[in-house]
Amino acid sequence: MNLIGLGVVGFAAILLLALLLIRRKSPPKLRVIPALTKLSHAVDLSVEDGTRLFVSLGRASLLTSRGGAPLAGLGLLRRIAERTSLSDRPPVAVAGESALALLAQDTLQAGYQAMDAGDLYQPTSGRLTGMTPFSAAAGAMPIVSDENISAGMLVGDFGVEAALLADIAERENVFLLGASSDISSQAALFASAQEPLLGEELFATGAYLDAGASHSASLTVQDILRWLIILAVLAGAVLKLIGLI
Amino acid sequence: MRYIAVAIAIVAGLIVLIGYFVPALAGVQSVLLNWAIILAGVAALVGVFNLISVHGDKVRRREKGNIYSAILLISLFASFIFGLALGPDNPNMRLLVSAIIVPVEATLMALLSVTLLYASIRLLRRRTDLMSVVFLLTAVIVLIASVSPLSDFIRPWIQQVFALGGARGILIGVALGTLTAGLRVLFGADRPYGGN
Repeated sequence: MNLIGLGVVGFAAILLLALLLIRRKSPPKLRVIPALTKLSHAVDLSVEDGTRLFVSLGRASLLTSRGGAPLAGLGLLRRIAERTSLSDRPPVAVAGESALALLAQDTLQAGYQAMDAGDLYQPTSGRLTGMTPFSAAAGAMPIVSDENISAGMLVGDFGVEAALLADIAERENVFLLGASSDISSQAALFASAQEPLLGEELFATGAYLDAGASHSASLTVQDILRWLIILAVLAGAVLKLIGLI
Repeated sequence: MRYIAVAIAIVAGLIVLIGYFVPALAGVQSVLLNWAIILAGVAALVGVFNLISVHGDKVRRREKGNIYSAILLISLFASFIFGLALGPDNPNMRLLVSAIIVPVEATLMALLSVTLLYASIRLLRRRTDLMSVVFLLTAVIVLIASVSPLSDFIRPWIQQVFALGGARGILIGVALGTLTAGLRVLFGADRPYGGN
């Protein structure tokens, strides 16, 4: 079983490296995801009208198996920091976990430095809003209502408390994109967020904001692996049906 | 210096990853994970300083809602001083948690149920598409089925067949996304630990 796991990871790694080389030469054509198209417009608009962007990375620790979603959120945050580095109002990134809040600060700073605007970085742009799911949501709600936010992104691992943030965004007329790796949170965001993302769409945010060849290559790797899993599930069903397993 | 940081991160990540599959590396993996846990503990402390700094600024500049920031800071310092003096196992400290934090979180949970109900009602006004109709119909059917004589049949059928099947599909997608996000970090293409 261990060897199968190692094989899957190794295969994915080789695929990613190979596709990374190909993608650098020829950028892929991505299917349209309306939520991400609107997000891209909202980011550009916030720079033009001098409003802030709000990014919440959720509450998952990077030391757990739920750490993948905040990694995707940090990738998105980096891209947003680069695109809005010359804006009068820097984006605000919040997290419900301390290490994640520190990484958010670091990512914002790296984004500003990459655009030669390191002196515009403000350390209070990356914040810890609470140590429990509900306190983190409650701590983030005043930011959406009081800090001239025009667009918000919930990209990470949330629980159903994400609906509270979606509700305040709706009341303040703030565009909100909701993407979580948690199933119950996805259901809550589907009902309450202006633009929800489901399942693995969460991991596509970087590629759609032109975060680099590695992001688009990883989307292709996901597609290939998903088809292989579908074929394996179908083969397993057929074999079970004819009594071979 | 930047390249050294990237190299250390990649090597540490590889050792932890391979340690799951190769038992010989499990010892080194365990040491690295313990270091990560200690660093996460220190990060919690730094996070509290961040909280104090952000809300202290808000109070000092008399920004909108600064009264709540002041209450937060007073509560934080009071909890810290009492916790330090009495210890976390003291009955009064436990009362602080059971009489304040738990009821407040329970209240937010109750508010959430109203929020979700209201959001579901507004859903069709916001997005009139097939998925929204299916979402609302399913919610209504499950709710009605829970209080009807058919509750033993309809609800488990929707939950165990449709919902579980869909959830597994979504979770496979999330797992694949997590795998590729992790690999990007391992290759140094994404650096959530900073650097350009």
